[in-house]
Amino acid sequence: MEDVTSVAALWWAVIFSGLYHGINPGMGWPLAVSAALMEQKARALPRALAMLALGHFLAMIVILLPFSLMLVLVEYETQIRIGAGVIVIAMGVYLLINRRHPRFLARVHPARLALWSFLAAMAHGAGLMLVPIFLGICAIGVDEVDHLAAEKLMGNNVGTAFIVAALHTFAMTVAGGVIAVIIYLWLGLKFLSKTWFNLDIIWALSLIVVGAFGIYTAYSGH
Amino acid sequence: MNLRPDPTFHASPKLAMQAPVENFAFTVMLSPDGSKPDGIAVVDLKPGSDTYGEIVHQVMVPNLGDEFHHFGWNACSSSLSPLTGHAFLERRYLIVPGIRSSRVYVIDVKEPLKAKIHKIIEPEEVFEKTGYSRPHTIHCGPEGIYVSTLGGGGEDGTDGPPGIFIMDCETFDVIGRYEMDRGEQDKHYDFWWNLPQDYMVSSEWGLPPQFENGVVAEDLLSNKYGHKIHFWNLRARKNIQTIDLGENHQMALEIRPAHDPTKSYGFCGVVVDTTNLQGSIFTWWRDDDGTWQAKKVITIDPRPEKPENLPPLLQGFEAVPPLVTDIDLSLDDKYLYVACWGLGEMHQYDVSDPMNPTLAGKVELGGIARGTKHPSGGEFAYGPQMVEVSRDGKRVYWTNSLYSTWDDQFYPDDEGGQMVMANVGENGGLELDKDFYINFPDGYRSHQIRLEGGDCSTDSFCYPSV
Repeated sequence: MEDVTSVAALWWAVIFSGLYHGINPGMGWPLAVSAALMEQKARALPRALAMLALGHFLAMIVILLPFSLMLVLVEYETQIRIGAGVIVIAMGVYLLINRRHPRFLARVHPARLALWSFLAAMAHGAGLMLVPIFLGICAIGVDEVDHLAAEKLMGNNVGTAFIVAALHTFAMTVAGGVIAVIIYLWLGLKFLSKTWFNLDIIWALSLIVVGAFGIYTAYSGH
Repeated sequence: MNLRPDPTFHASPKLAMQAPVENFAFTVMLSPDGSKPDGIAVVDLKPGSDTYGEIVHQVMVPNLGDEFHHFGWNACSSSLSPLTGHAFLERRYLIVPGIRSSRVYVIDVKEPLKAKIHKIIEPEEVFEKTGYSRPHTIHCGPEGIYVSTLGGGGEDGTDGPPGIFIMDCETFDVIGRYEMDRGEQDKHYDFWWNLPQDYMVSSEWGLPPQFENGVVAEDLLSNKYGHKIHFWNLRARKNIQTIDLGENHQMALEIRPAHDPTKSYGFCGVVVDTTNLQGSIFTWWRDDDGTWQAKKVITIDPRPEKPENLPPLLQGFEAVPPLVTDIDLSLDDKYLYVACWGLGEMHQYDVSDPMNPTLAGKVELGGIARGTKHPSGGEFAYGPQMVEVSRDGKRVYWTNSLYSTWDDQFYPDDEGGQMVMANVGENGGLELDKDFYINFPDGYRSHQIRLEGGDCSTDSFCYPSV
């Protein structure tokens, strides 16, 4: 398992999860296409993507920060990671059972993209998907530096949370942005519905897999 | 839930126009005296089919006296709204309310020739959860299925104002009222919206005692029917502005916003101006400062007529009022079809410039004291009424009944249900199709038409036509 849970692999996981979130229409790339078309200005597209990215980034941070603070309790690290894994699995199971779309997302004004993106990420447990990966990265960091002062450790973890959230959001924005731009500039609206796949079940299963992975790595001491 | 969006959902009006044409129509069958159950007729529209232009299936309901009128889909192109994530619904069910019984039927038309009742929502559920009665217009939208109502609570529906309620788009459970702040809205009829711009417009007919037993002449002459249109912040569920079209503009009915969501204008048909019997069309639009305006852009004059040729209700006026009872806008926002139910005419206006419409085509059929026959030689009872336009804008279908008790007042000697079709010329113009003439079974009248895969008064689009 050494190679799988190495730092590099985990960072790649951060990027891949970003790309995965980005291609999911449920995370908002159709909104960027819509904004550019409605305003009849191409520059509305990157602006919309930036707003969506901001909302997504904040949703990641809101989820990751509490965990980064908890990790100060080094002696409970395993329990925290197992607990986090259980929460992520629970979210996946909940989404599998409750296949209904969160109606409150429809109540957000179409122009408030950052808020919408934040709420969409929260509702779909997008931040939770990152938690086991993030905890894995932090845990490896702790192993390497051994017994840092609590303060320093917290600083490190918070910093890591921001980097993880930023890298993940960047990957998401690139993936969603590429799709939005291709549809807006070349393929046209016809492909909007063609590229819209129902990822609900796969998404829920991803949460369960990531949660299980988190628990496994916690047990195996990585 | 499907893995892909329903192929009949279209991002823009333009894409909807390019999609495959309709193979079936679904039309209301109404038993005017409630002696038989109402139903939905399935009409074959497949080009070249042996049964083209015939009723090939009927879904009859198990109750009497529902009075079917308008109806709509459980899901439409609005499902592609990037905000809602309902893209994987299926356009499969027709939501058919009874405006007399307040019962709502959900009819599964996945296989049109085997269409069947999927669920019945009893009136008690509507009363209990909403305090409204007499459900009418259906639109599928961001939070589910929206249903406008004509009545409030109580026996005669005047206990509290009518409004809109929302149903779950998958379970069809009634969720509850839509309005948070209705402002001065105290009557209801039609409503529609622009989803990306987040506004809704609603209109007014009258309260149940003003229509259920027929038109109340005193109320009409004292201008007590609806004459206001209301503008709402759709998601905040708040009435932001009310425009009074003038109390003489009695019965502001159908609301037809431009289909292209970048546009902030639309139309509203007014049945009758009590000062001169004219029918009229108002254009409403949003100014740059965000305030809404409305202006009369089309007037249709009454036709003088000898009293002995008129129904008792109109004899004193010695004229046939046009009675603009339905309007429909083609998906390219170019042609507005206006049914003049009294005159017996269907007008086609070029509304490319919404402030200066021009008459582009006209068809005469039925009508008070005129009774123009169909080119096939068939009788046409009453006049052109509920009109529906195919998505590609080439075919215009209509039926002839307005509302059970009103039909009898304006056309005391007529009876029957018909559905006809007219073809639209390359550059406008309208001509009845001689071979398309459907006579409904004895004892049934016809009302609203819905076309397979959506039509010009169901779908709301979230992306502009580019």
